[in-house]
Amino acid sequence: MTSTRDIVLWVVLPYVCLAVFVGGHAWRYRYDKFGWTTRSSQLYESRLLRWGSPLFHFGILAVFAGHVMGLGVPETWTAAVGISEGMYHFMAISIGAVAGLATVVGMALLIYRRRTNGPVFGATTRMDKLMYLMLGLVVALGMWNTIAGSMLHTYGDYDYRLGVSVWLRGIFTFQLHPELMAAAPFSFQAHGAVAMLLFALWPFTRLVHVFSVPFFYLWRPYVVYRSKPERLGARAPRRGWERSERTLR
Amino acid sequence: MRIMAQMSMVMNLDKCIGCHTCSVTCKQAWTNRTGTEYVWFNNVETRPGQGYPRTYENQETWEGGWTLTKRGRLQLKAGGRLKNLATIFSSPKMPSIQDYYEPWTYDYETLTNAPLQEHSPVARPMSLISGKDMNIAWSANWDDDLGGSELLAADPVLAKVSDKVKIAYEQTFMFYLPRICEHCLNPSCAASCPSGAIYKRAEDGIVLVDQDKCRGWRKCVTGCPYKKVYFNHKTGKAEKCTFCFPRIEVGLPTVCAETCVGRLRYIGLVLYDADKVLEAATVTDPHDLLESQRSVFLDPFDPVVVREAEAAGIPRDWVLAAQRSPIWALISTYKVALPLHPEYRTMPMVWYIPPLSPVVDVVAETGEDAEAAGNLFAAIDTLRIPVEYLAELFTAGDTAPVTGVLKKLAAMRSYMRDITMGRDGDPSIPEAVGMTTTEMEAMFRLLAIAKYDERYVIPPAHAEQAHNLEELATECGLNYDGGPGMGGSGPFGEGSGAGTPLAVENFRALKDRQTADTSADPASPHARVNLLNWDGRGTPGGLFPRRGEPHDAPPDPPSTGAGTDPGAGTGRRSEADGGTAS
Ligand code: HEM
Ligand code: SF4
Ligand code: SF4
Repeated sequence: MTSTRDIVLWVVLPYVCLAVFVGGHAWRYRYDKFGWTTRSSQLYESRLLRWGSPLFHFGILAVFAGHVMGLGVPETWTAAVGISEGMYHFMAISIGAVAGLATVVGMALLIYRRRTNGPVFGATTRMDKLMYLMLGLVVALGMWNTIAGSMLHTYGDYDYRLGVSVWLRGIFTFQLHPELMAAAPFSFQAHGAVAMLLFALWPFTRLVHVFSVPFFYLWRPYVVYRSKPERLGARAPRRGWERSERTLR
Repeated sequence: MRIMAQMSMVMNLDKCIGCHTCSVTCKQAWTNRTGTEYVWFNNVETRPGQGYPRTYENQETWEGGWTLTKRGRLQLKAGGRLKNLATIFSSPKMPSIQDYYEPWTYDYETLTNAPLQEHSPVARPMSLISGKDMNIAWSANWDDDLGGSELLAADPVLAKVSDKVKIAYEQTFMFYLPRICEHCLNPSCAASCPSGAIYKRAEDGIVLVDQDKCRGWRKCVTGCPYKKVYFNHKTGKAEKCTFCFPRIEVGLPTVCAETCVGRLRYIGLVLYDADKVLEAATVTDPHDLLESQRSVFLDPFDPVVVREAEAAGIPRDWVLAAQRSPIWALISTYKVALPLHPEYRTMPMVWYIPPLSPVVDVVAETGEDAEAAGNLFAAIDTLRIPVEYLAELFTAGDTAPVTGVLKKLAAMRSYMRDITMGRDGDPSIPEAVGMTTTEMEAMFRLLAIAKYDERYVIPPAHAEQAHNLEELATECGLNYDGGPGMGGSGPFGEGSGAGTPLAVENFRALKDRQTADTSADPASPHARVNLLNWDGRGTPGGLFPRRGEPHDAPPDPPSTGAGTDPGAGTGRRSEADGGTAS
């Protein structure tokens, strides 16, 4: 029997956060395209940024890829293509440790830079601070899970791929398993819960820049030409005053 | 053939007195905001000098513009597309605020707050970046007027020249180089932008940053070899010179050109073949870039070009404007204008007439007649330093086109002297530089007389007509000229009814200003003064107390607006800068 607390934490909260995440981005994109930027601080300082930012970003992107593998791909699938449980964990831990370390070191550099460089600190908003707090917590808990859970076996043989992963996939396939999370070790629960809050915060922070990854750059022509809109005048026509479609080419 | 129109500019450097009016008016119009304190869309550099940002012309350091790959293909100097994306997390070659300069203000408050004391209080400089007290160590024109100082050693252009010739003190020369964005035909800023937010307008070639699409990847700052894209550190978006497009669209010159004290800026259209741009930018020898860029431009008098232009949807009045264009005349007819740093291969579209004054000064100092064609020609041939320096700026180091232009200017100078002195012009002088007397006189008219409507041939954009059509249907019926609803106020008094769009209102105000005797003509009931463009002419009602009227408060002198921006400097005219060719 699952308690109300488990339902709230592992069924209600995920959907609320997901809704805020999706709705928040839609709202922000509609009403604040101008604010949708990395708010780069490189103009002020680049010596620390040169190391911190690539370390952090390459690290966190690898970590993200790891999560897609570990949470998104069921254990039965990897087993079916002949990757044994032991092999999988060896890979996950070795690659994950490097990526995690890069993320942590990079983030430490970035936060140190934010705090100690006057102009960068001056350009830090309250949202930035909250975002770094949450991000730092998520990363710290995640590192703890990897080190304590998978390397030191603090929690015995807990296999998150049979617990947390199944719960998370269930959120998207509507096969709800709050009991799996209820049974997970506390640090896994905390990592999941704080991560969900971070996702709810996401659309309201500078993290929106993640959704603007400019892959299209690789294909588009170098020089972009634009013409004035076909419409008449400087303003969009008022309702009812649009030109007849026929006269438009 | 893909024919396009490009709005472009030519600056006649002999006439620049380095007063920085253009920089200041531009700043007031566009960049007097937080986040852009350090930004000068228009700046004026003393050359030789380091420029702004410091040493920006050294592309081995800053990696702006284009370069040819080993296989002869055009590539961004900073690297290909993949490398550009891979280095997105920390841009390797972005200038820091220190390379521009740390903008500052003064702690003016202490001047009024300080307690009574023996010594008068001092307003200390405070950084606009960190908010702390600071020592002023550099600015956008720190080496202003310092021709010949030790700071010059860092000038990347001089470094190329003085490998060959050592600069001696008595050979010192200087001139001013006003710079704006070049609105390039092959803009490397746009090519570096991962988001595709920087675009070239198909109608008039103006290069703009879409503020809603810019995501702050700050790659364009590296991409532009002229360092004319700036990062607004407050909004996290790139900003650049807009060629004052709201003014251009209604047929007015840019703010920098309108306010230029030397009246040295020319604005007009050039027609060009967009299909040939890439090929022209890819020629192997940098010395060929000047000619290859000229070959991209299309003769607006050629009937084939006129027909093609109309087929491409370029309006008739634009083609006519292209025929009257001073730019076409200076670049292609008289061939006296040269592009700035063609070797960056961006096909820049703000061109320069190189200054003759360094040469004239040297001749004048020897006591010889500095207006005689023979003396000037000889000096141009022997004075290697100024000529080679100008060549590094304008022709990728090829001195032949520079001497050609300087000789034309020298010829014009001495030919026209005879005529103004009431003597007969000597036709052998124009002939010596391959021109006829009529051509020479026409060039003199364009360069020296430089009438307003010959300097600026700007056909208005064609949206405004359509706009009037739209407003016909929606606007108040009393809003005809002189009608009761005149001037945007509807039947319910001031401000009611449909508002006049800003562009139209500005257009009317500025047109009034340029054509009326006074901007606040008391005889006209609807003449209203907008303080922002009050030009000091006339005495608008309400601005000053009426004469002889008793008043309690002492009359305030009209304020000229405080908050002058630091770093604008006070360009003084130097002694050495006496000569103007025209
Ligand atoms: C491929 C996708 C991404 C790209 C292209 C990207 C790019 C950037 C860039 C250009 C900056 C500005 C650095 C500067 O000049 O100051 C930045 C900052 C930042 N990014 Fe990303 N990012 C990506 C993904 C992410 C992800 C997945 C996260 C975290 C979940 C993240 C978190 C941050 C943070 C926290 C900063 C602020 C760094 C500071 O303290 O200045 N980014 N990113
Ligand atoms: S000069 Fe202007 S158009 Fe040319 S690359 Fe620089 S910013 Fe772009
Ligand atoms: S306003 Fe004209 S004369 Fe004065 S610095 Fe600018 S370009 Fe030169």
